[in-house]
Order: sequence, then C-alpha cells, then structure tokens
Amino acid sequence: MSTSLRNSTLALATAGLLVGGIALALFWAPEDADQGFSQKIFYVHVPIALTAYACFGFGAWKALRLLWTAEARYDLESYTAIHMGVIFGLLTLVTGSIWAKISWGHWWTWGERQLVLFLILFLFYSAYFMLRYSIEPGPRRERNSAVYALFGVALIPVSFLAVRIAGTILHPTIFTHEGANLPGKMLLAFCICLAGVLALAATLYRVELAGKRVDASLRELRELLA
Amino acid sequence: MTGYAADVAALARKDLLLELRSRDTLPAMLLFVVSALVVFHFALPADSSTHAETGLLWIAIVFTALLGLTRAFAAEREQGLLDGLVLAPCDRSAIWLGKTIGVTAFLVLAELVALPAFALFFHAIGWELVAAVALADVGIAAIGTLLAAMAAASRARELLLPLLFLPLAIPVVIGGVGASVATNPASFLGFLGLYDAVFAILSWASFEYVVTE
Amino acid sequence: MTTAEKYVTAAYLVLLGAVLVYLVIIALKVARLEEEVSDLIRLARERRGG
Repeated sequence: MSTSLRNSTLALATAGLLVGGIALALFWAPEDADQGFSQKIFYVHVPIALTAYACFGFGAWKALRLLWTAEARYDLESYTAIHMGVIFGLLTLVTGSIWAKISWGHWWTWGERQLVLFLILFLFYSAYFMLRYSIEPGPRRERNSAVYALFGVALIPVSFLAVRIAGTILHPTIFTHEGANLPGKMLLAFCICLAGVLALAATLYRVELAGKRVDASLRELRELLA
Repeated sequence: MTGYAADVAALARKDLLLELRSRDTLPAMLLFVVSALVVFHFALPADSSTHAETGLLWIAIVFTALLGLTRAFAAEREQGLLDGLVLAPCDRSAIWLGKTIGVTAFLVLAELVALPAFALFFHAIGWELVAAVALADVGIAAIGTLLAAMAAASRARELLLPLLFLPLAIPVVIGGVGASVATNPASFLGFLGLYDAVFAILSWASFEYVVTE
Repeated sequence: MTTAEKYVTAAYLVLLGAVLVYLVIIALKVARLEEEVSDLIRLARERRGG
C-alpha cells in the first residue's frame, strides 16, 4: 500500500470510528444511573487521555530508537508524537475540567487524580519544547530531547503513584468517577470511541510528520539551489 | 570495577576541593535557605498549621537545590572544561555519578544548617522528616545533575533548568511532605526510595547521551 | 437543553473544535509550502539560465 493510500484509509477509518462511536455513545448506550447524562463526557474524555498516554509512549519509543541507531528521522518522529501527546493532554485537561464542573461544580479539583496527573505531565512535556527551542538543531538537541522523552515515560507511573499516595494524606480523593466496570453497551461504545480517537491521533500524526518532512526537504533543496 | 570507582571518587573529590577553595556555591545555598525560611515566617499568617510550615520547608529545600544545581556545571562551562571531561578516558556515567555525589554532599551540608534553623524558627522535627530529606537529596541530586548537563547545552540555561526540574520534583515533594506529616510515613519513604532507584538508574544510563557532542 | 446536556455538548465541541483548528493550521502550512516550492522553481529556472 502506498503512503497516500494508507493515509487516506486511516483518515476514513478515523471518520467512521469517531462518528460511529460518538453516535453510539450519545444515542445507544444507556444513561448512567448515578451521574445521569453528564457521564457521557466520559466517552470522549477517557479515550483522549489514553491516547495522550499512547502518544507519549510512542514518542519515547521513537526516542529510544534514536539513541540506539542515531538515525535522524527518529528525532522528527519522536518530536511529532510528543507534540500530539501534548495536544491531546491539553484536550484531556479541558474535557476533564468540563466534567468536573458538571459533576461537582468546580472547574478544577485536586481530588481528581487523573487530572492532577495530567497537569504534571503537561508541565513536563511543555518543558520538552522549551528544551528543544533553546538548543541549536543537531545531534546534541536530538539526543537531549530523546533522553528527556524517556524520562517522561518513567515519570508517568511514578507520578501516578505519587498522586495516589498524596490522596491519602494531603488532598483526600473524595471524588471518583465510575471505574472500569462498564455494562456491555457502554463498553462497546467506549471501545469504538477509543479506537476512533487513537485513529485520529494516528492520522494527525502522519499529516504533521509529512508536513515537517516536506519542510526539511524544501530547506535542503533551497540550500542546494542557492 | 575499581577503575570506575576510582574515577568517580576522583571526580567527586575534584568538585568538593574546588568548592572548598572557591567557596561560592555552598555559602550562597546556606544563606538562601535561611533567608527563605525567614521569608516563609512572614508569608504565613498567624494561625497557620504546622503542616503548612513543613510544606514550606520542602519548598525551601527544592529551591535551594535548584540554586546549587545551577552552579553544578558552572565551573566546567566557564573554563570550557566539559569537553575535556568528556574526552577523559573514563566512562561518561562516572562523570554523572561523581557530580551527583558532589551535589548530594552540598545538599546535605546545606540541610545541616537548614533543618536546625527550621526547628528553631518553626517547630521541632522528627526522624521521619530527616529520613525523607536524606532520600529526597539522592533523587534531587540524581535528576538535577542530568538536567543541569542538559541545560548547560542550551542558550537559556538559567531559565531552562528550573522548568525542566520542577515537574520532576513534584513527586519528591509529595513523598517528602507526606513522610513528614503522615501518621504512617513508611509508604511515603518507600515511594521516595522507588523514585530514587528509578531516576538514578535512568540518569546514570542516559548521561553519556546528554554530554556527547 | 438541560445543564448536563449543555456541558456534554461543550465537551464534544472541544474535540471537534480542536480538529478544525488543526485543519486550519495544516491549510496554512500547505499554502506556505506551495509558496516555497514556486519560489524554488523560480530559483531553479534562474540557475538553468532563464
């Protein structure tokens, strides 16, 4: 399959999964007994959060490949993946904040562990961009960015643990959302939404990567001509 | 293994001797932490809890560490010595370990003054807090040394190091404050140990990628 | 629309809005790349000798 065909197929799959998933979530899945209609935010918020984690993990994997093989393309791929992760992380915080507002009346609550964890990760990965922009392009920047990306992936479970034990003493986790026990219809709608958001991230990733590669190629062409 | 250990010892000793002669980083850290504690006294309203005071102690420690870390590679940078160090026939990770030991030593020395000052200004401290501080020092030094080396490569290094350091310092603060105030400090101390292990190993392994040209 | 429905709609709109903003950014990028390419074609023609 050529690249453009693969990209088109991915984009179409994204459209189908996402539209289908949202339709299922809003019209077909039953309403939650405790939270009512506001629980429906879960169908976008959690897939977006999981997708952000996936992006950071993928970015760290590409970073590892860079350190192993020193091939420059992994730097661009790692950078793009982390860029995606930050975008989806921001969306997680925004949708999570909306959910918090409708659930408990506050736009922010330190008791919501997922949100706090994402805030820490958002700060960490925002600093990634500060790091990149303050070093001259070259192998030095590539390696430093890659090491930092790996630290991020180590930070995820450590912060998760930290926020969890912080809840026992510092900021009591008195608010929790529905756990993993989902009745059949809800689970199916959720899975399709998850697949849709992951496909969306993959599509955007490929588009952005292609754009960056064209940028780099044109720059090289300009240097050859000038 | 003896060669590696000897390299580490030599590097650590070099940093400590340098500091002994120039005496610029440690006195600044000591003065900074005591000043910070005084500022905290005025920042806390009269009816603040002892918990709030303990929390602020941890902030003081984190920022004093940042101050010390900004200077961690300063000597090498100013004299252009980092390239020389990297060319030296030792494992790059030995540079990291030597530096980290040096930074830890500085932190411990600063805390030898900070903790009694805190006990004097605010309230008595228990063994859990001291243990937590000791564990936190290792983690802070490990992460901080690596990040300082990263920031040294950049243009805006004084700005960059705090940005890189603070998100990673959050779990340390959680563990430290938790250990200091919780009725059961064991889980927090265990967590700090885990943080130290994970990030020390990661920093040790990845240091050579950060400093190589 | 109940309050809950409003907030749920807002959350879904955030996702839609983000994708559309991305689309705009990509469109601007394509425009910029087009300009760059035509500029480079001009340079190449000059190099060839007009």
